[in-house]
Order: sequence, then structure tokens, then C-alpha cells
Amino acid sequence: MGDPPPDPEQPPPGSSQGSEPRRSGEAPFVQFSLPPEAPPAQLAAPRGSQEGPAGQGWAPGAGLGPDEEPGGSAEYLLSDAQRQAYLDEDGLEAELLEQLQQGRGSLLQQLEAAFQDPQPDAAGQFAYRREDQPFGEEAPHGPYASEDPSLQFSPSELGFLPFDMEVSEPEPRELAVQNAKAYLLQTSIRCDLSLYEHLVNMLTKILNQRPEDPLSILESLNRTTQLEWFHPKLDSLRDDPEMQPTYEMAERQKSLFVRGGGSAEGEQEMEEEVVDTAVPNVMESAFYFEQGGVGLSSDESFRLFLALRQLVEQQPIHTCRFWGKILGLKRSYLVAEVEFREGEEEVEEEEVEELTESGEVMDAHGEEEGEEDEDKVADVIPKPLWKPPPVIPKEESRSGTNKYLYFVCNEPGRPWTRLPHVTPSQIAQARKIKKFFTGYLDAPVISYPPFPGNEANYLRAQIARISSATHISPLGFYQFNEEEGDEEEEGGAGRDSFEENPDFEGIPVFELVDSMANWVHHMQHILPQGRCTWVNPLQKKEEEEELGEEEEKADEGMEEAEQEIGPPLLTPLSEDAEIMHMPPWTARLSCSLCPQYSVAIVRSNLWPGAYAFAVGKKFENVYIGWGHKYSPDNFNPMLPPPIQQEYPSGLEIMEMSDPTVEEEQALKAAQEQALAAAEEEEEDEEEDEDEDPED
Amino acid sequence: MDADSLLLSLELASGSGQGLSPDRRASLLTSLLLVKRDYRYSRVLFWGRILGLVADYYIAQGLSEDHLAPRKTLYSLNCMEWSLLPPATEEMMTQTSVVKGRFMGDPSHEYEYTELQKTNDGDKVFEEEIVIRIKEETRLVSIIDQIDKAVAIIPRGALFKSPFGPTHVNRTFEGLTLSEAKKLSSYFHFREPVDLKNKTLLEKADLDPSLDFMDSLEHDIPKGSWSIQMERGNALVVLRSLLWPGLTFYHAPGTKNCGYIYVGTGEKNMDLPFML
Repeated sequence: MGDPPPDPEQPPPGSSQGSEPRRSGEAPFVQFSLPPEAPPAQLAAPRGSQEGPAGQGWAPGAGLGPDEEPGGSAEYLLSDAQRQAYLDEDGLEAELLEQLQQGRGSLLQQLEAAFQDPQPDAAGQFAYRREDQPFGEEAPHGPYASEDPSLQFSPSELGFLPFDMEVSEPEPRELAVQNAKAYLLQTSIRCDLSLYEHLVNMLTKILNQRPEDPLSILESLNRTTQLEWFHPKLDSLRDDPEMQPTYEMAERQKSLFVRGGGSAEGEQEMEEEVVDTAVPNVMESAFYFEQGGVGLSSDESFRLFLALRQLVEQQPIHTCRFWGKILGLKRSYLVAEVEFREGEEEVEEEEVEELTESGEVMDAHGEEEGEEDEDKVADVIPKPLWKPPPVIPKEESRSGTNKYLYFVCNEPGRPWTRLPHVTPSQIAQARKIKKFFTGYLDAPVISYPPFPGNEANYLRAQIARISSATHISPLGFYQFNEEEGDEEEEGGAGRDSFEENPDFEGIPVFELVDSMANWVHHMQHILPQGRCTWVNPLQKKEEEEELGEEEEKADEGMEEAEQEIGPPLLTPLSEDAEIMHMPPWTARLSCSLCPQYSVAIVRSNLWPGAYAFAVGKKFENVYIGWGHKYSPDNFNPMLPPPIQQEYPSGLEIMEMSDPTVEEEQALKAAQEQALAAAEEEEEDEEEDEDEDPED
Repeated sequence: MDADSLLLSLELASGSGQGLSPDRRASLLTSLLLVKRDYRYSRVLFWGRILGLVADYYIAQGLSEDHLAPRKTLYSLNCMEWSLLPPATEEMMTQTSVVKGRFMGDPSHEYEYTELQKTNDGDKVFEEEIVIRIKEETRLVSIIDQIDKAVAIIPRGALFKSPFGPTHVNRTFEGLTLSEAKKLSSYFHFREPVDLKNKTLLEKADLDPSLDFMDSLEHDIPKGSWSIQMERGNALVVLRSLLWPGLTFYHAPGTKNCGYIYVGTGEKNMDLPFML
């Protein structure tokens, strides 16, 4: 870059033509052919004023205006570029700022072009110099020139020569400036952005946005500017790939808001409002729960309401209720508790039953194969004495734990999936394990003791446990049917049906909060067996007739199972057991500042996340949480059972410990001794025999 | 969550089910403003709510200009009158580690813990049962401190460290992008770094000292103790801690809204390894 600017008086004409293509390449540098816009005009002023002192004898009117032809404009720019070497840093930046606003890359090319090959350009400019350019006016130079507003050259006036004849060698100062600028304009092999350009970008951004106290955020601005350079915003024609799932979800939720059918909305609305629908008034419950600080936000609740409405439209539902939300690792579950209309659910029931029956059939196959093996193999393979405990049959639909059906979905807008009925073994196993839900219904539940089922079954089991433990209602809301049923029925079923009490007056909120005796459970307690009504597993065995005679004999040897009794339905909460000297329920008024309008909120301490509210004649239960019981002690997984005895010790097979090394050696020594003794005897005998004939 | 954007933050964090009732919200808006003025904090955060058996504690924290400096914690029972809590010390932590169970809700409640202490009396060794009383306030302080150290998080880029030392809010933080928001490495623990020095030189070379000056969540033990979910149809990313269930961190990608809130019983989930 050490070349001094060329002497414009000696341009070879050939080189001017050589520089033309390049210049014409730069000619589509449109900005200067545009009508003078505000920014160029503004910046034209300082530029123009800067030209003055640095002009060094250039004719002021020698520059071309933006209205001129592109070739001329390029020349104008080139002239700027060349002159920049002579300007101070401020003017430099002002010009660059302006040029930056109008384009980026070509600026660099142009600058570099200017610096790489100044000679032909100058020559070209000189060749392009128009004859009608005024030469006469001298540029006012001096330190005051930059501030003088009268020096605003209108674009049409500017048409001065880029170079005065008199300029030959730049002074050392200008050379130093040129060098410094060239250094700043360097780009490395790794990135295209030079420091110069970056500083220009950053200062432009600061000047445009004018943040408060820019010095303190300088580093952040630095980073952001760099980021913007390398990650420009995507084309407006292409969709942002990141936002795809968001848009999809929004589309799905949009369909929720559309009412079924395309007929006139007005008439339909009136009709539908009159008809009773099974969809619960989610918004009302959400409002009351919100008073207690529980629940989802109001727009989520509304979307939930729409999703429930969609469910009701799709399935033959008699009653429906929002049960709650169970949080999972990857996704959460929204659970709806429904009751089908009479006779509607048998189709799906069969599918579910087949699955469970196939499980039982598999066991039978296993036994048969064992017997076959027995025939083939000569030795008797000892049969394990362990018999699986009798399978307790699951409860019928609409009774006990399977009183309600549950549908789950991950988010409002996604399809609802039905959960299978729960079996007692699943509930019993669920009591022994503690696992987080992942959010996918078909995920396996890997635990010890092994859970019989996948996440859908585990979820259903937890829902059953939570429901039976925490569904409560104010005393008197439900009453037993007026049947003369004896409590001491077979199996101790007790009264398990109730109905709403039409004469329920509502309990004042203060009383609800004061005493737990004013609340009752309205879901049946689950016995340790896993059912609500007790079933004697042995009795069932005899009825089933699947097993051979051997099994029956074994059964008779077993003890009679004891009947399990749980608290009857509609027991008040004051009877609930304490957890480590802690009451299992906490009741509060929702708002202490306005007790007249408060709602009673009851919170379970046993199942954190279970809430119930009651006010007047309304009440509702909800569960929002992880789905686990609270235990003050740490969770201890079940220990594996003791190792089974392989062989029954008897006459044929007896278990002994292996002889130790010493015993074996002693035995060997004894044997050798015996052998040696025997040999000696033989030898003696032989000797005797030998001796005899000798005699 | 910032007290300035309390309502929006509560709305965004409501996916976990627990929030605040309208009367509490209203009282918080007023009282936190007064707290900011009285204690001259540069920023007041509503930390969360600890559920007790009798009453709940509402906790707020005040930050000074330097966000990594020790925070002042305040508690209140009715969201109106706030009392400053003493800073946590090591001694408090060891003392309260023996207390189990729920919080009572009464700050003057004392937990009794009997300990066998051996005292030497000449040649004989006596075992005495000493009843130690631990105030609930102490327990509150240590639990809040533990939760803060363990699970208070902040997205990468929200704070930056200036060369002079203090940590400032990054005013040019525009939020994480959607792809970044789903990764654990874009979130940091909001506390003094513990693991940074242990990183290899190669890893340190990639870090930006003004942004990456805190531990990220990637190397938390046990692995999987964070649950990342998208809610509201991908418009909100929610992180929930499984180690301290009840801590919810929310962030709307592409915007500046982020924050965390703890609503829970104040007990660590010691069964986490079994549950994963």
C-alpha cells in the first residue's frame, strides 16, 4: 500500500479502459443514482465540509452529483475513496456510515479496489472528467470549514476534480492514516468481517437505537452486532424451521375453537345453550380454585374446557369431570374422569379383557410345556415349589376402583386416549414402587418388584389410589340410597352406592374449615388386596377349574385368607389416620381479608397436590402434581424374596457340602496307607509262598 | 421471578398447578414495591411459597447491583409485612439437617431433637440425652439457601460479568432461541460457580468469560434431575426440578421473560434415584 496516489496527469489511456469494467461493475452501486434522500443529503453536508480542508486545492465543484450517470457516480465514490486517505478519521467514518447504510459488501470491494489499484482509477477518473465541471471555485479550507453550514453542496453542484494537479506525494500523516485504515480493513481467512466494518456496524446500531448508558453495555452490543452479521434474519419467504412445531400446535388448538359444523353461528349458539351438556363448567371450578391459589392459568383452563367438549362430542359420555393434571418428565397428562352412558363401553372392554386373558393363557402354556419336558427327559427335573399367588380378579366396570373411566391427553388439542381398567395386582404393585411418569403412555415401567404393565397401567393405578384417598365432599352432599341392604353381606361389601342429596343446604365455610368431620370421602377405600370389595382368592380358585388336581390339594393346604375390611363409604375425614403426628388434611379459608366471600380450600398432606374446595352448594376436587404419595421416611425398595430351596432334602437327593482340601488329602493319605498296607501284605504272602517252594 | 413482571410471570409459571390467589397477588404487588424502596434493592424477586401445615411462608429476595452477591431473603405470612431473615451459615445447615417433616407455618415453632452426647467425666463416660431445640426460622433459612444453591437457575446470557467484577443484567439479552432452550447447557445455576475450575482446558477455551461464568445444568447429579417440557404449544419452555419438587423455571423463547418460583413443602426428594 505504499504507492503514492498517482499523478493524474500521466494516465495511460489503456489503463483507463481497463478500469472501466471494474467501475461499471461497481456502477450498479445504486445509491448514488437515487434521488438524493435524506441520509445522503445529511451526510453529504459533513462530507462536503470535510472535503474543504482536505481538498488541498481540489476544485470544489468538481464532484459529480448523484443524479449523474452511474459511471459518474462510481467515479464520485471512487473519488471519495481516494480522498479518504486524506481525511481525518471523523470524516472517514461519516462517509463510511453513509455508505454502510446503503450497502455493505460492495463498499468493501469498492474500498479495496480503491486501495489496491489506485493508479488506473485515478487515471480513469481523470479521463472521465467532465468538461462542464466548474473549476473556478476554490474549496474553502481551514479549520472552520467543517462547521460552516453554508458549505452544503447540493448534489448537482458537486462536481469537482478528484485530484488536483498539484497533489503529488501524501504527507507522512496521511500515509499513517492510510496505513491504519488498511490495517483495520484486514479480514482474516476465517471470517469476512473486518474490524473496520464491525465498528461501523456497531456504531450505526448505537446511533440508531440510542440506548441509555451505552458504555456499560458495550460488550454486549459488540457481541450482538457480530451475531447479527453472521446470522442474518431468514428470508421472509421461508418458514422458520424452529417454529414449526409451535405453529402446528397452534393450528391444532385453533381447531378446538371452531364449533362443529359450518352453519350460521348465531342460531346454533342459542340452541346449544339450552341443551344440557355433559361438559363440566371448568371455568367456574377454575375460578374457585384460583381463589385458593391452585390451578392452571385461565387461558389454559379455557382450552381445557374446549378439549373436554371435544371429548364429549367424540365419545358417548354421560358425565365428565376434569380430574387433574399429572406432571411427567417429558410431557404432562391432563386427566378427565368420565362415565359412559349405559351399555356403551362393552366394545372396548372386550379388547382389554383379551389382553389380560392372554396373560393367563400364557401361564397355562408354561405349565404344559413343563410337563412335556418332564416326559422327554429321563431325570426328573425338580419342579419349583413356588406357586404364584392367586390372581385376584379385577373389579367390574362401574364399580369399585373401576367406577369411572379415565381419558388422558398431553395437551389440549391432542387426541384423548382411554386408559384401561385397573387390576388389583397393579394397584398392589403400584403401592410398592415410586416412579416418575415420562409422559408417554407406552413407556415401560422398569422397577422392582416388576410392575405388571406399562406406564398407562401405572398411571391408571395411581389415579385410582389418588381418587380413593382424596376425593372428598361436604358432609351431607351425598347420601346413601334408601335401600334396606344389610352391611354384613358376603365379602363385607357394604353400601357402595350413593346419590346426591336434594335437600343439601350447604355448610357454612367456617365450619368446613374448622372441623374435618364436615367432609367425607365419597370414593371407596382400596383394600390392601387392591380392590374395594374384598374377594376371597381361594373361593375363586375352585370356581375357575383351570388347574389340575395337584393344585387343588396344594390349595387346601394353604390357610384361609383373612377378610380385609376398610372404612365404609362416606366416612368423615376426621377418621383419617395421621402421618407421623401430622394431620392428613389442611383446611384454610381462601382469603383471610374477606372472610364473607371466601371459599374453603382443603389440601391433602398425604398426596401433595390434591385440593378440594367447597362453597355453598358447590364443591370440586382436583389433583395437580407428580402423582406420588408423601412419605416422611425415605423410600425403601422391596427386598428380593429369600432364595428358594432347590431340592427337597430326602432319601434320593441329599445336599452335603463338598469336602475341603484337607479332608480330601487326609482321605488320599488314608487310601495310600491302605494300599501300601495291602501291598505289604501281598508281598509278605508272596514271600511266604516263595519261601515255601524253596524249602 | 421479578416483582416488576409478577402477573405475567405467575401466569407463565402456572403450568405446575400452584400459584397465588388474587388477593395474595394484589398484596404482593404493593408490598414488594415498598420493600424495594425501603431496603434499597436494585431488584426484588418473589422467590416462592413454602407450604406449612398451619400457614404458608411467602418468600422474597432482594438483589443488589451485583447479582451474584449474597441475596437478602425476606419472609412474610400474609404478603404484607416482611421480615428479614438472617443469612445462612454452615452451622445452621448442619443443625437443621436433622429435622425432617413438614414446616409448621409458625416461625417461632421449635423442633425438638434429642441427641446422645458422650461426655467424659474423668474416667467414666456418660451418655446424656440432650434435647436440641431448633427454631423453624433457622430451618427456613437453611432450606431456602439449599434450594437456591441447588436449583435456582438462570438462562445463559441473561447476566454478564463486566471486567470490573460485578455481574449485571444483560440488557441486550433477547431470550434463548427455541433450539437452545431445549438444551440443559443453556441454563446456569444462579450461584457462585463450583465446577468451573474443574473443567479441562479444552472446554474452558470454548467458554466466553463474560457469559459463561457459572455452572451449567448439564453436569448435575443425578443425571436427569431436571425435566424440560414445552408448554402452551411450544411457546413456553418449563424446567421443573425433580430434586426439589415444586421448583418451576419458565422461559418464553425469543423474549426476555424468564424466572423461577418455588411452591412446595420445602423438602428434598431423597428418593430421586429410585424414581427415575
